[in-house]
Amino acid sequence: MTETRKNSILEALKGRLVSAYEFREELTLIVKKEDVRGVLRTLKETFSYDMLTDLCGVDLREPPRFAVVYHLHSMKYGDRIRVKVRVEDGDEVETVSDMWGCADWLEREAYDMFGIRFKGHPDLRRILLTDDFVGYPLRKDFPTEGYDFDRPFEVRLEEEMA
Amino acid sequence: MERTIMTINMGPQHPATHGVLRLILDLEGETIVKATPVIGYLHRGVEKIAESRTYSQALVFTDRLDYTNGLSNNLAYCLAVEKLLGIEVPKRAQYLRVILAELQRIAAHLLWLATHALDVGAMTVLFYAFREREKVLDIIEYITGARLTPSFVRVGGIARDADKTFVEKVRDFVSEFPRRVDEYETLLTENVIWKKRTIGVGRLSAEEAISYGVTGPVLRASGVYYDVRKAYPYSSYEEFDFIVPLGKNGDVYDRYIVRVQELRQSNRIILQAIEGLPSGPYKAKAPSVVPPDKEQVQSDIASLIRHFKLVAEGFRPEKGEVYASVEAPKGELGFYIVSDGSERPYRFRIRTPSFSNLSALPKMVEGQMVADVIATIGSIDIVLGEIDR
Amino acid sequence: MGVEELERNIIVTSLERLVNWGRKYSIWPLTFGLACCALEFMVAGSASVDMARFGSEVARPSPRQADLMIVAGTLTKKMAPMVKRIYEQMAEPKWVIAFGACACTGGIFRTYNVVQGVDQIIPVDVYVPGCPPRPESFIAALIKIQEKIEKETVRERKLISIP
Repeated sequence: MTETRKNSILEALKGRLVSAYEFREELTLIVKKEDVRGVLRTLKETFSYDMLTDLCGVDLREPPRFAVVYHLHSMKYGDRIRVKVRVEDGDEVETVSDMWGCADWLEREAYDMFGIRFKGHPDLRRILLTDDFVGYPLRKDFPTEGYDFDRPFEVRLEEEMA
Repeated sequence: MERTIMTINMGPQHPATHGVLRLILDLEGETIVKATPVIGYLHRGVEKIAESRTYSQALVFTDRLDYTNGLSNNLAYCLAVEKLLGIEVPKRAQYLRVILAELQRIAAHLLWLATHALDVGAMTVLFYAFREREKVLDIIEYITGARLTPSFVRVGGIARDADKTFVEKVRDFVSEFPRRVDEYETLLTENVIWKKRTIGVGRLSAEEAISYGVTGPVLRASGVYYDVRKAYPYSSYEEFDFIVPLGKNGDVYDRYIVRVQELRQSNRIILQAIEGLPSGPYKAKAPSVVPPDKEQVQSDIASLIRHFKLVAEGFRPEKGEVYASVEAPKGELGFYIVSDGSERPYRFRIRTPSFSNLSALPKMVEGQMVADVIATIGSIDIVLGEIDR
Repeated sequence: MGVEELERNIIVTSLERLVNWGRKYSIWPLTFGLACCALEFMVAGSASVDMARFGSEVARPSPRQADLMIVAGTLTKKMAPMVKRIYEQMAEPKWVIAFGACACTGGIFRTYNVVQGVDQIIPVDVYVPGCPPRPESFIAALIKIQEKIEKETVRERKLISIP
C-alpha cells in the first residue's frame, strides 16, 4: 500500500478509529462496535475494497472477550487491509451479509465456533456442527477432546430432513 | 393446475458430490427453485487442535486440508510463519518450492478433470488423466517420500535437497506433457455433447463472483483478473514468465478451458524453474528456528542439543499477527496466525477457497435442471476436507 | 433347509467350497470415500493398480447392490448415523474394511467431533493402517478378505451383534 493511500484512509476515518498500527507491512484498524458497518462501507465504496477475503473470530480472554477480524482486498489497487472489532461475551455485532454475499456463511461459522451473535443476519444457526451440539469449540475454555471423550460413542438413528 | 414443490435430498453419500456434501434441492418439476448445501460432515477440528501443538507439529495438519495438493498447503503455512518470524528463504529453496507447487497444481487439475468428466459422462478421460497423475506422484514421491501427504515444505526451506535424478525426471515429464494435454483437448474441447452440457450452465457474473468472495479459476472464468501469484508475488514468482488465462461467460465450459490452459502454463513455469535452478543452501540460516542437517546431528554434540531443543520445545516468534496466502489450484488459500509469544499458535485461522466458492452454488444453480447441478458442482472443484476443516 | 442340523460330510463341504469360491471372487465394493484415503481407493480402482482383476469389477454406489463397505477417511460424529444406516441397508453377507489410520482408530485427530475408529459403530473385518495407505495395501486387504471368506461355513454364519 502506498503512503498516500494509507494516509488518505487514516484521514477519512479519523473520528471512528480506536487505533491503527502496522506490523510486517500489514495495516490493521481497530474500530468500535457501533461504527463497524460505517467504516466497512466507507472502505468498500470510497477506497474500492470490494472483496471480503475472510471474517473470523478470536478469543482473547481479557474483556471485551472476543474480536471479530475482517480481511478486505481491493481488486483495483491490489492491496489488503484488516479491520478488528472487540465484542463482549453475549453481545451482538451488526451483520455485513447484505454488503458481501460470502459473509452469510462466514458469520454463521463465527457463531458456531465462538457464540458471537450477529444482529440482522437472515438465518443464524450452526453450520459445521450438529444442531444439538452443546458448547462453542474454539473458545479457550473448551477442551480439545470435548466433554465426553472417555465414554464410548453411541449413535442414534433419527429420521430428519432439512 | 397447481404446482407443488418437492424436496429431495442428495445425501452425504453420493458418487458425484466429491466428498461428504449434502444438498437439499427444492424442485418444481425438473427445475430447481432453491438449493441448500449442508456441510460439516468432515469437521475434524483442525483449528482447535493446532492451538495445542507447536508450530512445526501443526504443519502436519495442513496436508490434510486440501488433500489433492498437500504441498501448496504446506507452502501457505510456511509463508505465514516465515513472515511472522521475519526470516528469508534462500533462492534454491524458493525455486524448488515453485517446482513442487506447480507439479501439485498439475496433479490437482488432472484429478479435477478426471472426476468432472466422469460425472458428466466421459469415462475415458479418467484413465488418461490418472496415467499422467501417477507420473507426477512418482516424481513427488521420489523427492519427498510420500504420495499424498508429504509435509515436505518446512519453516525456513524444504526438508531435503534435490539431486540430479530429480532434475532429470522433471525434465522428462515436462517435455512430453504438452502432447498429453493435446490428447485431453482432442477428446473434449470441440465435442458436441460436452459443449451442449456445459455451455450456458452454472453462470456466475463478475459482480456476483466478487461479492461471494470466489477466487481461483471460477473467478477468472467470469472475467476478473485476480491471481495471487501476480497480485502478491511470493517465493520468486515474479521472475517467471507466464500468462493468466481468463474466461468470458462464467459458465462450466469456460472453467474447463481456464483450467486446461493453466495446465499448459504450469508446465511452462516448471520448465523455466528447472532450467534456471540455482545452487546453494536449501534451508535458511536461522539457528533458533531451523534444525541442523542430520549428518551434523549425528556427529556434533552442539547440533544434537540444538536439534533436541527445537523438536522438544519449538521456537518462539514475537507477539503479533500475520496473513499470508498462496494461489492454490482451487483459489486463494490463506493463513491468519495470531501469536502471543509462546511456542504454540494462539489462533490458527485457515481461509479456504472452497468455502467461499461453495457459498456461491445456490446462486449458480437457480433455475437450472437437476442434471446441471452435477456438472456445476464438478466445475467449482470443491474438496470437503477444506470446507469443513 | 435344515442345513444347520447336518453334520460335516462331503456334500456340505463341497457346497461350502462352491459357495465360498463364488463369493470371494466377485466382491463388489461400495463407494464410501470420506476424506483423503478415498483418493488412494480411487487409484486402486483405476488402470495402474487394478482391482477389477480380483473380481471387484464395479464399485456400486447403492448399498443394496454391494458386498464390501470400505470406510476410507475420518468418521465424524455428524456423519456417524449415515454410516450406520447404510451398513444396515446392505444385504447379508457383507464385510467391512477400515482403510486408513482415521478409520482404524481416529488417526491424528483427537478432537471433539471425530469418532475414534469406525469399529465403535459397525463391526470391522480388516484394518489397513497408513496415512494414507498405498493402493497396493488395498489389494492386500482385499486378498485377506478373500482368505477370510474361504474359511466360512454355510452352517453358522459369523455372529454379528450390532451395538
